[in-house]
Amino acid sequence: MRYRDYLIRRLLYTIPALIGLSMLIFAIARVMPGDPARLALGPEASEEQVAKLRKELGLDLPIHIQYVHYMRGVFQGKLGVSLYTNRDVIVDLKEYFPATFELVTVAMLLAVAVGVPLGILSAMRKDRWEDHSTRVFALSGVSMPRFWIGILFQLVLAYHLGLLPVTGRMAADLPAPARITGLYLVDSLLAGDFVALKSSLLHIIMPAVTLSLSPIAQLMRVVRASMIEQMRKGYILTARANGMPENLLVYKYMLKNAFIAALTIIGLLYGFFLGGAFVVETVFSWPGMARYGVRAFIYKDFNAIIGVVLVIAVAYAVINILVDIAYGLLDPRIRLGAEAREA
Amino acid sequence: MSKYRTSDVKAPRLNPEAQAQAVALEEQRAARSYGARFEDLRRTLHRLRRSTLSLVGLAIVLGLIVLAIFAPQIAPYPEDIATVHFERTFQPPGRQYLFGTDEVGRDVLSRVIFGTRISLSIGVAVLAIALAIGVPLGLIAGYVGGPVNTIIMRLTDIFLAIPPVVLAMAVSAVLTPTLENSIFAIAFSWWPWYTRLIQGQVLSIKEETFVEASRSAGANPLYITFKEILPNVLTILIVKVTLDIGYAVLTGAVLGFLGLGVRPPTPEWGTMASKGRLHLPTRWWLTTFPGLAIFVTVLGFNLLGDGLRDAFDVELE
Repeated sequence: MRYRDYLIRRLLYTIPALIGLSMLIFAIARVMPGDPARLALGPEASEEQVAKLRKELGLDLPIHIQYVHYMRGVFQGKLGVSLYTNRDVIVDLKEYFPATFELVTVAMLLAVAVGVPLGILSAMRKDRWEDHSTRVFALSGVSMPRFWIGILFQLVLAYHLGLLPVTGRMAADLPAPARITGLYLVDSLLAGDFVALKSSLLHIIMPAVTLSLSPIAQLMRVVRASMIEQMRKGYILTARANGMPENLLVYKYMLKNAFIAALTIIGLLYGFFLGGAFVVETVFSWPGMARYGVRAFIYKDFNAIIGVVLVIAVAYAVINILVDIAYGLLDPRIRLGAEAREA
Repeated sequence: MSKYRTSDVKAPRLNPEAQAQAVALEEQRAARSYGARFEDLRRTLHRLRRSTLSLVGLAIVLGLIVLAIFAPQIAPYPEDIATVHFERTFQPPGRQYLFGTDEVGRDVLSRVIFGTRISLSIGVAVLAIALAIGVPLGLIAGYVGGPVNTIIMRLTDIFLAIPPVVLAMAVSAVLTPTLENSIFAIAFSWWPWYTRLIQGQVLSIKEETFVEASRSAGANPLYITFKEILPNVLTILIVKVTLDIGYAVLTGAVLGFLGLGVRPPTPEWGTMASKGRLHLPTRWWLTTFPGLAIFVTVLGFNLLGDGLRDAFDVELE
């Protein structure tokens, strides 16, 4: 079996899982206690008005019929009307998704840029003070509640030192850059608007660092463990015995393995990012999908709940498949292993 | 399947002397294995004792348990869980109120101490439920295999298709915000990880010789699953549960912070931090101390779990 077929099979496993999840979340969101129509209209509304809205939303139909209607809508690019914005959820998500995507991507890049070198440092200096301090940092990083780190950053860096803006995506007096991708960093760069670029960069620093702290710690630990394992391998010993320069050894041979090790958990880390975004966007008033999601959860905006959960699940699945592809490209053993196992 | 069954093989007749000898040998073997097990445990404890960080973790965890049990005796103002004191609102941290007081004059330290009860109950209850559902399903899937395995594992795939905290948020959003419902919501997203862990372990253990031996001697599958396989996954479970209690506490705090968890006036740390956020930046103590409590709790379980992992020498994932 070729690696490509293995990937296709993985994809085929993902689809039923996503369909299953859509049923699960649909059931959860629609059987919730409390009448969504009543919630939307408020206590002032008459019984007839509530009944009319229930009928309009199709809430009077049996649940499986509602699901079929909903899925039919999904394939036509409709996710149902949000009870609070009164727009189709897909319109809302299109508006809010880029902000979350931008935040998560910057946080991911940051995590790799910091976590991998720290892990290497820790491994090279095993059992010395550098190693011990990075270990303590790693354990603290995974143990700190994200909202707390975010609030502490706000207190120190924004309120007391005035270095960075407290909340938001861009200074309030600046117009948002013309929407091309919806990513402020990219759009302001494309427009050549460096004032906007600087403002959005300053705004993204604290949320991105807050979001990436725990993943940095996790990456560091994985890279450290993999490097230490590599150092004990025969090929390194041989190369070293033959007088290969230490730098070449580290940067050419061990680094590649370190990145492969990091890649194994990047899929999982994306889950952490997407989950963590809910808290981080709330703390920093970041106008993204996760903050929209929190509002949907609190106001029991059932179509928005389903929409947000499904978009996150699809994003998560796509990332994991991409990681699998990258993994196979980087590490022939994985590719050949998968082929041999299935043969 | 072999065409011979074990029952077809006649046991050789032994003379009483030889039989007694065999029994004695068997007893000796059993005794040695208990001895060996004890020795293993002794070594594990020794390794744990040698690591300072693990001991710090253990001390934190034990300290938290003491705080939770004796909260009414330890907290300086235990009545502040329920009462308000408008005459002393927003007192900054000082000698009288170590962590300051909140918007209705309640002592933050006392509420943080009572909060250990809430957080530890979330941590322990979530893991108890996750284990009760996840472990048996994992054992069955791994041992029985075939279509049963397929059904169980595809089911867990559904739950694993989304980051657990998002599922927990969605579930708690539709339930009334109580402690029990928070626990349910988190456990609902937590068990599949255990099913997957155990299933993977069982798949590798069931090929081992001792399981093969047990099977060929005609032991029934239930016996093999619970008496032969389960003990071999215990160490990995202990390590993972210790680490996960911390993360469950963290998830509970996140739900509280977002307004999806336990409602005030219950002294839940995440909820306290969220309420305190409204009074930033001047009344910093309202968010800082509950957050610190969460951090120390999760760190304690992490240090202990990490130490146990090294001591038992198990690898997770």
